[in-house]
Amino acid sequence: MTNWIDRNIKWVFTMPAVIFVALMMVMPVGYTFWLSFHDWNMSNVTPPLWVAFENYKVLFHDELFLKSLKLMFYFTIASVAIETVLGVGLAILMNQNIVGKGIVKTLFLLPMVATPVAVGLIWVLIYEPNIGIANVFLQKLGLPGQEWLTSQNLVMPSLIFIDVWEWTPMIALIVLAGLVSLPKDPYEAAMIDGANTWQSFSKITLPLLKPTLYSAILLRMIDALKTFDIIYATTQGGPGTSSQTINIYGYVLGFQYFKIGQASALLMVFFVIVLSISIFTILLRKRAGVNL
Amino acid sequence: MSGKKPKKLSAALTHVGVYFALFLFLLPFLWMVLASFKTQVQILNTSKIFEITANFNNYISIFKEYSFLQFIWNSFVVGIGATIFGLILGLPAAYAIAKYKQQGLGLLILVARIVPGISFLIPWFIIFSKLHLIDTYTSLILSHMLVTMPFIIWVMIPFFEGLPHELEESARVDGCSIPSAFVRVMLPISGPGIVTSSILAFIFSWNNFMFSLILAGDNTKTLPIAVFNFISYSDINWGGLMAASVTITAPVLLLALFAQRYIIAGLTGGSVKG
Repeated sequence: MTNWIDRNIKWVFTMPAVIFVALMMVMPVGYTFWLSFHDWNMSNVTPPLWVAFENYKVLFHDELFLKSLKLMFYFTIASVAIETVLGVGLAILMNQNIVGKGIVKTLFLLPMVATPVAVGLIWVLIYEPNIGIANVFLQKLGLPGQEWLTSQNLVMPSLIFIDVWEWTPMIALIVLAGLVSLPKDPYEAAMIDGANTWQSFSKITLPLLKPTLYSAILLRMIDALKTFDIIYATTQGGPGTSSQTINIYGYVLGFQYFKIGQASALLMVFFVIVLSISIFTILLRKRAGVNL
Repeated sequence: MSGKKPKKLSAALTHVGVYFALFLFLLPFLWMVLASFKTQVQILNTSKIFEITANFNNYISIFKEYSFLQFIWNSFVVGIGATIFGLILGLPAAYAIAKYKQQGLGLLILVARIVPGISFLIPWFIIFSKLHLIDTYTSLILSHMLVTMPFIIWVMIPFFEGLPHELEESARVDGCSIPSAFVRVMLPISGPGIVTSSILAFIFSWNNFMFSLILAGDNTKTLPIAVFNFISYSDINWGGLMAASVTITAPVLLLALFAQRYIIAGLTGGSVKG
């Protein structure tokens, strides 16, 4: 018996985890795929009805779906771009000799580990048009107050701002770790050749940082595409459908309207988008010579 | 060097920049704590935003009127359960993947991290309803394990790769089977890795909102759901809401401070050493 276990330890040790993932993830995704070809409202009386590709056809003619796709990409691209620029800037500042660097680094962790729902609610209070500090601040500057999360035009920028607040430190700390591990020699050579600060940043630092940046952006992007907690806790997709990203729309379709087939078709499309973007960027990263 | 003065100046500017940025990033937390000690009247009066009479009424009310102790307990049970079972399944898997270079399985775990949680929410709801497991710790722990276990594996693979394997070999020579060598020799020297990954796994479970939103009920409502329900009342009790937010974030922030040395490496899955 012991011999058998030792000989097959590769499988004995990994199988429980693999079976768990299969039962809890692979099988449910397969079930969602199956449901996406059916019409069902979760009732016990009427079973799911086979409708072939009908749900997908409806989906791609559904303006709300196309809008939710756009909002998801808008949110992701804007957030990650701003976070990357600010994060690199912050990391370069922190790479100097800073008094109390350890505690500074630790405190920068707080936005990303704090419970997202609580974070969302703090920002609901900050953005509150009548009593929030955001408008108090604007009024001190003599500017008119804004509706922020309850404004159709400002809701997405306001949400992106929350995401930037929450995740810029993560990019900064990853980039900082990358900066610390850079070799010193190229900089000395560049200094001898008379390169200025900007030149050594753009010609040496950025190229050397590329693998680190790829990792940071990849991780951040995967999570940004799936953002749910912050949006649901603050606006639930509103006002109207102004901040209804695909994740929120899927939840609304499934658990508020019980359009199970429709929701499943949407979730399959979402699943394919997230997975293919992730695989695409992982491959890009591999081509850039970074291993996982 | 002639550039001594500009250097001093730039160092000063760097400090100002870093500490100002830090202040901005901490401001929302300060605001939360401040508001949690204010009365509703003080919160509604924006002309004197720093006037507080430091009272604990908001905290007392969330525990007395909204039974927050029960929600804390629920979150705690689910978090601990999901972390322990995540370790039981995850540690041996991570060890075998690291030792036998099973990269295919490593990839499966990565995929488990990438797949949007919402794509298995509907089947979970249907299946757990059929099994009468909605509103039980069982379904919550099982669902949260899909967060904790892949994460633990992800963090522990590079950790196990870095351990010296001679120790295990010598235990094997002494007649230990591989499982007992793993438990008696490898796990005890993996303490730091296990502690870090457990703390982070617990934080992820504690923070989880989406899974609990579907699977929790009146008996098992976790803190994020309880805090979220606070806002659905028409007349928002801001002080209570902020006291609730402090209650839910404080333990996480303390844990994070405790584990900060490893947290960056953990959050980035070991791709960067913090």
